[in-house]
Amino acid sequence: MTELFYDAAPNATRVAPERPAPRTYPAKPAEVTLFGTCVVDLFFPEAGLDAIRLLEREGIRVHFPQEQSCCGQPAWTSGYVNEAREVARAQLNLLDNGMPVVVPSGSCAGMFRQHYREVFAEEPDTLKRVDNLAERTFELTEFLLHVCKVDWQDLGQPTQIALHTSCSARREMNTHLHARELLGKLANVKRLDHDHESECCGFGGTFSVRMPEVSGAMVLDKTRSLRESGAAEMVTADGGCLLNINGSLEKQKQTFRGRHLASFLWERVSGEVKS
Amino acid sequence: MSQRIPVKELTDSFRGRAVGALADDQLRTNFRIAMDSLMQKRADAFPDEEEREGLRELGNHIKARALSRLPDLLEQLETRLTANGVKVHWAETTEEANRIVHSIIEAKQGSQVVKGKSMVSEEMEMNDYLADRNIECLESDMGEYIVQLDGEKPSHIIMPAIHKNRFQVSKLFHDKLGVDETEDVNELIQIGRRTLRQKFLEADVGVSGVNFAIAETGTLLLVENEGNGRMSTTAPPVHIAVTGIEKVVENLRDVVPLLSLLTRSALGQPITTYVNMISGPRKADELDGPEEVHLVLLDNGRSGAFADAQLRQTLNCIRCGACMNHCPVYARVGGHTYGEVYPGPIGKIITPHMVGLHKVPDHPSASSLCGACGEVCPVKIPIPEMLQRLRQENVKSPAEQPKVKDGGAKYSRKERAIWRFWASLNTSPVFYRLFLWGATRFGKLAPKNVGPWTENHSAPVPARRSLHDLAKAHLNQGDQR
Repeated sequence: MTELFYDAAPNATRVAPERPAPRTYPAKPAEVTLFGTCVVDLFFPEAGLDAIRLLEREGIRVHFPQEQSCCGQPAWTSGYVNEAREVARAQLNLLDNGMPVVVPSGSCAGMFRQHYREVFAEEPDTLKRVDNLAERTFELTEFLLHVCKVDWQDLGQPTQIALHTSCSARREMNTHLHARELLGKLANVKRLDHDHESECCGFGGTFSVRMPEVSGAMVLDKTRSLRESGAAEMVTADGGCLLNINGSLEKQKQTFRGRHLASFLWERVSGEVKS
Repeated sequence: MSQRIPVKELTDSFRGRAVGALADDQLRTNFRIAMDSLMQKRADAFPDEEEREGLRELGNHIKARALSRLPDLLEQLETRLTANGVKVHWAETTEEANRIVHSIIEAKQGSQVVKGKSMVSEEMEMNDYLADRNIECLESDMGEYIVQLDGEKPSHIIMPAIHKNRFQVSKLFHDKLGVDETEDVNELIQIGRRTLRQKFLEADVGVSGVNFAIAETGTLLLVENEGNGRMSTTAPPVHIAVTGIEKVVENLRDVVPLLSLLTRSALGQPITTYVNMISGPRKADELDGPEEVHLVLLDNGRSGAFADAQLRQTLNCIRCGACMNHCPVYARVGGHTYGEVYPGPIGKIITPHMVGLHKVPDHPSASSLCGACGEVCPVKIPIPEMLQRLRQENVKSPAEQPKVKDGGAKYSRKERAIWRFWASLNTSPVFYRLFLWGATRFGKLAPKNVGPWTENHSAPVPARRSLHDLAKAHLNQGDQR
């Protein structure tokens, strides 16, 4: 139907306005840098370690620069541009090593890939390095699926799980598609869709403390639909959502829990069951 | 950061109204059901993703092109409309727009106005302005009619009474019109129609909005599903159209894709039941139509948004309402919580230009930035990006000269100091690792009540060893399992 309208395109070229091409992926590299993210660092470090193990299992040497901290997202989304830029610059300098950067969190990967361009919009020289970092940044599931092209044998017992994808991971990184495909490789894992699967869990960083009532209503609905999905547990590739969802479940005194996808995947492919 | 504030002290804020709305189970059910249905309708109306995305891209280009020539197009529109016999008026403020409308009615010694649906007239609070001057305005759109009958404001830009279910409407009609209660939606609509029919014939003036104002031909395009728009614009002897300056597009060719985007995004319709194209008053040899047609073009802060290359994108809006239908915040708190004429994501980004950020200081923060709005916007307004920008303008100090009307509403030295501290923590590896060391060792000693977070969550407990720590140990060991 659109072809009928191409006359209306800006210069009447009769061609559809360009849409960004799907991402092309490089061959599997020998080494990568892991950017752990501040939430995983402090609250889910095991998930970060499991991400390292999953990458090592593919024969990749993983570097973890000890100077890393936060991508800058909390200040950026709160409107504190200068503070966000300072923190972003520190990571940009640190990661300026040409190596692929793997991030076990879609929203932080999205910060590198999409928002650093806005953060450094007024610095043309920095933008070249920003674009270079964006090209080298991969969310963990994306990297395992498209760069490592993993071929896994599922060593776990049959189970049913619900997958929650953070909104920025979904909309900026297509993490929901990558995670689904990755989980599809596990023969004994059945993924159940929960009600309003694509809806936000209500975290939104500082939104959860600025608008606690609205955020609380959102996470209550999210945890209810996850529990009612019939799944044994929830998995997600984003630390922020996990902090929100598990914190709410614990407050509600529910036994249902979520965990980081990296830990779930490592358990399935290593056969190592953690208590 | 927000403090825990007693709810009674918050009644006149977004957060306070949200608390009330969240406690209203009926309201929440009404919105959830309605929004779910609208999301499904939109999805069904765009079965082909490729086509949908191509069309959105095109819609964005058309609006961007129109806005890049906005002053020229407005001038052309005025010239063409004038040649067609339409009188064009310019209003910088809503007060001015109301004065113009009033003077037109006064010149005709009119006392009764019948209105088709118009959000710009809501923006002007035209009904109140005219009521104060003894002119009766009757809303003829069914949804608008319902909210007017109940003394309310619209809660959605497309479906003004979406917050009510049929039982509530039935009760309202019973109370206000003295008719029997009925749960039959068709019967309810017939009740409204019978009342309105007579009014169309009696009215001195008809008022409507405009969906697209076409510069090349001097045409005012108006879409609707009830026929009330056509009645309001043709039955009374005078028709006054009111619209924002951003509604102008170059030519009719541009309208075709925009119209398709509008009706499919709004209600999942391939086209609305009525598409009115008004190009002038009744001609000498014609039997019907109004004797006079006026267009009032309202600025009301739009040129302020236009002046900023990034914020200009808010003027792409074609008022489909898809962003509110898909917004998890709107779906839970409803339109009235926003406290302004335009609710939902689009309301959050256009209202500050109209009323100033000081009047809506919490609007930019009332979003998890989930991005659902931007994903469905038919003209690809990057709504989350606009919200982020408004947050920037909101926390600027007076010395930093906020670029949005009454910006700096949320400037706070204390919060700035917290973020300064956060930045120094995250830019100093030594400081950061010291922080990790402390948090992992003493985290369990942290208070169990950490402000708003613990209203919804258990207190967050840091792990006993950070990833920095675990990764260092693991990688040093060469533990290559």
